Amino acid sequence: MNENAPTHVKNVPVTLDAGELRTEAKQVDEAADVACARAPIGLLAELTHRCPLQCPYCSNPVELERANTELATEDWQRVMRQAAELGILQIHLSGGEPTARRDLVDIVKTASECGLYTNLITAAVLLKREQLVALKEAGLDHVQISIQDVDTAAENADRIAGYKGGSEKKKIVAGWVRELDMPLTINAPIHRHNIHNVEAIINYAVELGAGRVEIAHVQYYAWALKNRASLMPTREQFMTSAKIVEKAREKLKGVIVIDMVVPDYYAKFPKPCMGGWGRGIINVTPSGRVLPCHAAESIKGLEFDSVRDKPLGEIWLYGSAFQKYRGTEWMKEPCRSCPRREIDYGGCRCQAFALTGDAANTDPACSLSPLHEQWAKVADVESHETPPEFVYRRPGGASAKPAATKAPAPTDA
Amino acid sequence: MADVAPRTRAIIEGKTRPAMPAYIKLRHDAGRGRWLILAPERIFEPDDTAVEVLKLCDGQRTVADIANVLAKEYNAPKEEILADIIAMLQDLADKGVVKA
Repeated sequence: MNENAPTHVKNVPVTLDAGELRTEAKQVDEAADVACARAPIGLLAELTHRCPLQCPYCSNPVELERANTELATEDWQRVMRQAAELGILQIHLSGGEPTARRDLVDIVKTASECGLYTNLITAAVLLKREQLVALKEAGLDHVQISIQDVDTAAENADRIAGYKGGSEKKKIVAGWVRELDMPLTINAPIHRHNIHNVEAIINYAVELGAGRVEIAHVQYYAWALKNRASLMPTREQFMTSAKIVEKAREKLKGVIVIDMVVPDYYAKFPKPCMGGWGRGIINVTPSGRVLPCHAAESIKGLEFDSVRDKPLGEIWLYGSAFQKYRGTEWMKEPCRSCPRREIDYGGCRCQAFALTGDAANTDPACSLSPLHEQWAKVADVESHETPPEFVYRRPGGASAKPAATKAPAPTDA
Repeated sequence: MADVAPRTRAIIEGKTRPAMPAYIKLRHDAGRGRWLILAPERIFEPDDTAVEVLKLCDGQRTVADIANVLAKEYNAPKEEILADIIAMLQDLADKGVVKA
């Protein structure tokens, strides 16, 4: 993001989450664009929606998929082979909690044999040491562990995750990762219940031996949208955290790489969601539905193909949901004639749908959206009020009363 | 353990013996006709010079050795090449792509 201009090496955007703002997208040249338009570079494999944690900002859809609809081992192995054939380079094994699947080692082994770079995105609390050893032997390349707060604030961390003892277990697993000489990333979702600890979180990641830390301000979709009034920091808190990150990047240069994801309520421009719809990232849900982004099912009217019925490559190239908002042809004004249309792609389609009823409208995160002011004000108002109780992420939890009842605009359908 | 996350910044000099850790993969991507560096949740696209240098980063050769090899190969002044690849490798070390 704010790295110095690279010497002889260029970043290729590998946006993972719908919410992530990765400004590297700007640095990709025309040739790379054409290539990436034909094949995704990353696949987010949501192996299961089961998870022992109940984080109120979970990026999974509010309607969680059930265990009995999950793909079988051989389905996922077929997906891995098809992914490699298609030209995908990195596999992000996620969930839910991916280690809840007993066949994780078999899936990693197949992915690794196909030459895919494998990344485990885990809450870590279920992992046993021998399982981690087996994953390494199967070819796992990298481990990302999420934390809720620093170890000295374990009580707060466990309250946020809704899981007692989680903070302590994560620290132990991080230690195993390093003992096994595997590279570690610490992912820290940031919100008003831990934003005061950003500096300490970065230092904790260094202490844990991470080579990379994500200061990932929560993105307000799905569960996080339900809990927006509980989670949204003030603009001042956000600005302070951004300054801390800038300083830490300078101080810790060459020690740890710090990536920051900003909440778009406080950003100048909308984020290039997924680096552009159907452009670089493909997502497969636990039951095998193939999505351009993991929140795409919130857009009513889109139809999604399944890896049970069609090969991944065919879905990527010709699936109606992928075609619908790929490129810039679908755009309306003000996006259509905007000089930034191939920088941010009109922002997030899911957010545009949730707030305007039409996913082809400009994301209200953009200052050119007629809804922008009203939308931005929500953050200011909510972040200064007493936070309501969390609506914890759990199956059926969606029917609980939404926390954000004072939102001036309708927030989800 | 220090190779994954060094607790102090590695400074690249002529005598440094750079290497890519096992989890950093320099790979030719035939489908896209380009070289790529696969790293944890990151992908970098090295130019031709960077690819040449990285192929020589085996943990045995020093940066000065690498500069010598390239100076001969391209019939270019060694000092110039050395300065250029030190800058390049420092950038890569800061990104976690090479270790000293």
